[in-house]
This record gives sequence, C-alpha cells and structure tokens, in this order.
Amino acid sequence: MKMNGAKILIEALKKEGVEVIFGYPGGQVLPIFDVLYDADIKFILTRHEQGAAHAADGYSRATGKVGVCLATSGPGATNLTTGIANAYMDSIPMVAITGQVKSFLIGNDAFQEADITGVTRSITKHNYLVKDVKELAKTIREAFYIAASGRPGPVLIDIPSDIQQQEAEFIWPEEVDIRSYKPTSFGHPGQIKKAARLISASKKPLIYAGGGIITSGAHHELKKLTEKLNAPITWTLMGIGCFPATHKLSLGMLGMHGTAYANHAIMEADLILAVGARFDDRVTGRLDKFAPYAKVIHIDIDPTSISKNVRVDIPIVGDAKNILGQLIEDMDKIPDTSEWLKTIEGWKKKCPLKYHDKKDIIKPQYVVEQIYEATKGKAIITTEVGQNQMWAAQWYKYDYPRTFISSGGLGTMGFGFPAAMGAKVGLPDKTVFDIAGDGSIQMNIQELGTCVANKINVKVAILNNGYLGMVRQWQELFYKKRYAYTTMTNPDFVKLAESYGAVGIRVTKREDVPKAIEKAISTDNVVLIDFKVEEEENVFPMVPAGEALNRMIEGLA
Amino acid sequence: MRHTISVLVENKFGVLARISGLFSARGYNIASLAVSETLDPTISYLTMVVEAEDEKILEQIKKQLNKLIDIISVTDFTKKGHVERELILAKIGYSSKDKTRLDSVLNKIGAKAVQRGSDTAIIEMMGDQDEIKALLEGLKQFGIKELVRSGRIAISKE
Repeated sequence: MKMNGAKILIEALKKEGVEVIFGYPGGQVLPIFDVLYDADIKFILTRHEQGAAHAADGYSRATGKVGVCLATSGPGATNLTTGIANAYMDSIPMVAITGQVKSFLIGNDAFQEADITGVTRSITKHNYLVKDVKELAKTIREAFYIAASGRPGPVLIDIPSDIQQQEAEFIWPEEVDIRSYKPTSFGHPGQIKKAARLISASKKPLIYAGGGIITSGAHHELKKLTEKLNAPITWTLMGIGCFPATHKLSLGMLGMHGTAYANHAIMEADLILAVGARFDDRVTGRLDKFAPYAKVIHIDIDPTSISKNVRVDIPIVGDAKNILGQLIEDMDKIPDTSEWLKTIEGWKKKCPLKYHDKKDIIKPQYVVEQIYEATKGKAIITTEVGQNQMWAAQWYKYDYPRTFISSGGLGTMGFGFPAAMGAKVGLPDKTVFDIAGDGSIQMNIQELGTCVANKINVKVAILNNGYLGMVRQWQELFYKKRYAYTTMTNPDFVKLAESYGAVGIRVTKREDVPKAIEKAISTDNVVLIDFKVEEEENVFPMVPAGEALNRMIEGLA
Repeated sequence: MRHTISVLVENKFGVLARISGLFSARGYNIASLAVSETLDPTISYLTMVVEAEDEKILEQIKKQLNKLIDIISVTDFTKKGHVERELILAKIGYSSKDKTRLDSVLNKIGAKAVQRGSDTAIIEMMGDQDEIKALLEGLKQFGIKELVRSGRIAISKE
C-alpha cells in the first residue's frame, strides 16, 4: 500500500513495538504530527526537547525497550543533543527522530536548518539523513536494530519534510542484514576456559561489574557465578542493581565515592573479573596505581573497551549473559576465598559507609535512607548529578536491576527529573522518585508541566542545601573554600510546584521527613518535596581526582 | 611510528566525515589518506597512514574504526606482506644547463620529467617510500619549489 513518508514512519514505529514517543512539534515535522493525531501510539508533549530526550532515555533504562524521541529541525534537533550524548555515554538504546528542512533546501541555511547528522556524529552510535522515501522503512528497521544490539546506543534519523510528504510503498524488511555491522555475541570458548583456570588459581578474586550486566540482562548469571565462587563483588555507578546490595558478598560501589572496603579490595585483589564495565577514570583513580596485584579478566561486548585504560590478561568479547553462563559451567575448581572474605569483613567493620546524623538538622543521607525505608527498596530511583547522585547511590540499597537510573558517563544535571518521567510512563505501577539537588532540578523543572498534564505522578525529593553542592565540596577541599558562584538563590519550590498543579511539601525538621515521604507516595499527584538539608554536608569517602583508590578522604573521625 | 592500514567502507556520503571525525575526536593523527571506489561501486577503499606511538594506540585506532557502522573491514599492513606506492609531483628549479645533471638523477631512480620550462621542471615519480626519499634527496640540489604527494596506497600480497 502506498502512503506518505510520515505514515511510513509511524507504521514502522508500530512494527518496532513503540508504545510511546516523547517530543515536541515544529514546522518540519508537521506531516508526522498530522499522522500522530489519530495513530495508536501515545505521544507525550514535553516542555523542552531536552526533556523529551532524557525521558526517552529514562523510559529505556527502566523498561529495557528502545526509547523514542521526536523533534523538529534546527533548534528542536539541537535541543535533543545533550540527551543524545547522555544516552551515548551510558550505552542506552534510543532512536531520535528529527525533522529536517526540505531536501532541496539542505545546505542553503534555510530557516531552522541545522546539520544535525553532522552535529551528532560523535554522540550517536550511528545516524541517518533520509534522502529517498523508499529508503525510509528500511532505515527505521536498521536504526532500531543498531540502537538495541551489540553495545547499545542512540541512533538519530533525520527526515526532511518533503520526504515525509512523498509517497512510497510500505515495505517492511523482515530481516536486518548490515554487512558492515556484525556484533559479537558469544565469547571465545577457549578464552572462557582460560578465564576459569585463572579464577581457580586465584586466592583473592574480586568481581567488578558494570552497566553491561543490566543491558545484557545477566544479573541472574552474575548472582549464580558470584555465589558459586563465594567471591566479593563490587560495581560501578552504572552497575548499581546488577547484584543485590543487601547480599553478604556485596561491597557496593567502588571508585571516587565508592565504599572504602570496595576500594581496598581492588587494591589487594589478585584477580579482577571485570564484566560489562570499562575502567572509567572515576572508577580507577590513578591508573598506574590501580589494582597493583591483580590479573585482569575483562568481559565486554565492545572490543574498544578492552585494554583501553587497564592492561587486560584475558579479554573476552561478547554478551555478558552468554559468557557468564558458559563460565559458570566451566568453573569446576572453586578457589578457597574464606581468608579473603575475612579480610574484607575486617575492612567493612573498620571503615563502614557512615555519616554523622544529627537530631536538629536534616542530613541528606538520612532522607535517602528514609526513602529506602518507605519504598522498601522497591522504587525506581532516578538522580540528578552531583552530591544528590552520590548519596542516592550510597544510601539506598538497590536489589534489582533497572531501579537506579542515573547519568553516569556524561554527568548531566537536569537528567533525573525527565528520566523519572520516562521511567514512570514505561512502568506506571512503580513508585518513581527523582532524588535531586536544588541546582540540578532547575535545569529541567519545566517538565513539571508535562507530568501534571499527563498525570505522570513522579515524586521529586530535592536535597536543598542552597549550593551547587558537589562543586562547593571541591571548592571547600581543593580551592580554600572560595565558593565561586556555587550559591543558589532558589525559588519557593512549594509554590512553584503548586503553580503547575502539583503538590509541594517543605520539610525543615528531621522528624517530619518520614511522614512527608509517606504523604508523597500516597498522594495521587506529582509531588515535589523540598528538604532543607545540612548546607555544607560532604560526600565521603572521596578519592581525590588522580589519586590512587586507597588514598581516600574519609571525612569523619 | 607510522602504520599503513586499509579500510573498506560503504560508499555513502558522510563516511569520510565519520572517519576523520573519529580521528580528531580521539586525538589520532592521519599522515596520509587516499580514497577511491572499488570494482564494486558500493564499496570504497581507503589507504591510511596513521601515527601511533605504541601498539595500544594502534589497536585502539583499528578497533574504533571497526566500531563505525559503515566500515566493512580494517586491515593493518604493519606485519603483513603488501605492496605500497605513492605518486609524487615535484616542481624544481631548472634551466637547460641542468639537463645532464637532472637526467642522471632521474635515470638512476626511475623518475621522469613531465615538463621542462625555462626556469622550472616538473618531475613525476611513482614508487615506495624509500624510492621517493632517494628521489627527493637527489632533487635537493636543484631546489624543490613545490611538492605534491598522492598519499600512500597499499594492497596486500595475499
């Protein structure tokens, strides 16, 4: 059947199982919006295109499906870019669709023209400019395949408005065959056997897991292997939820604001089994001092991640779920880890994660703990970036994958709120909390409008300290407390929430924290809680940038 | 150290931009680049000479290239039997009294003069890096006014 490009796009999205699109209309996507008007795909009109991109990203992180966002040409498209870069750095499958000026005007500096495929080349896994309506269906099929397979990532499709209007037969390719793109899925059996032998020979093995576990859905295999080896496990920010935090073998997060015992374990281990993690600088600290005694096995789907930062003894390229499954089978001789676990228990006792709680003031860590208590660890937590993010990572115990949603690689302030919105749209029965700072919440506060209009009842907990807290912390520790431009003059967040039709709650006393959280959860509306917390509280422990992992600042006596 | 690698890519618009963008974004250096269509018009063949301080960087360059969706294959000629050629055009200072001297240089190396004017001559040569180096050495005495190189092309022996 012949149909126009806009209709082909929507039909193709339906074929891909797309249930919701986050976006914003404009001149060069009018034909698409005309089709959307009566299509059975939900459309969420955000208040800013950046919100749409983050929402699609949050939706994807919560559900595992490909998130979709849509914007017009020029400023619409460029407003998506932070969201696209964010998804790229964290390997989140997303398809961004942009309108473009008519194909014969491209390159003419036409109204609202931007070379968005040029702009996004280095922040997308791949991108397309569609120049022939007959290529459109195939392009969309490929885009979804590329976004979700291998190491996932965002793919952008730029569609000139005349292509949206031209007609073609809708032919849906059943198979995707891209000769230049064949991601490896199964690991090399010989390498897996070698890894098993190396693990058997170790005395102090440590599993270091990352976001790849969650992407691959390998958390069951990871748990099975960890328990079989009786080995301690630590994870990255992106790996939070890949293994139950309440498990006795768990060391929590490692790295700059990781637990002291996880960092000590890295420095003492004789074997590191890295799975779906990429030895980011926030994890390794000073590279030449990282894990000095350890042999390294690295399982990753992306060959470029292997031996990029840390020299690897046994690389295994492929999907974590497949490889861990095989590794479990190949492990016949289990190393004796009892001594090693005793050492770690000692560190756990000696340097636990802690903060100095006070009766007369609200500690931000306390708020996070209370959210954990109130939600029984079953909520989806999104975060902004900075202190709020680290406290949310440290003080909520995540036992399930896809329950911690945070901007890891790019560190995007303003991510958490629209991401919470996307997560809630994907999983409407879940309680979704955005743990925010007073600075970062204001970077996409306009999405309150979207949430209220669409009854996306997310809860926002602002840890309001009146500062851009993480930058202030660095200024305190490394710039002689010269707080250059890190104090915030904030609006009345309660009134602000109310003006949007949401519920605002202000909490200034510690004893009011639990009931405010209860009220937020039980209120059938968008709720924003403004917690006035200790102003100059710091995130500890902390490894200063460029220091070895065991050079932590503990912060507390 | 310089390494010659060849890359087969989809012959689509924007592919070269993806490759050059990758190099600039990651701080790799391209010493030379030659691109042309293959017998299959949907595929282009690139020969690149890249600068890599060590094996690790060379590995990263190859892996990062392979990661680009439109790249079909990457071949590293560093440890592989191959034939390399480069074409050069050099404009040198010349007058008729230099004829014998120039001819002896050209004959020895296998280059030729494509044009002899009243005060310049244009020399053409196709060869490998050693031959080109030898020619440039030989031409120095005349004064090289302008030099254009095509960039290396390479093909494997297998």
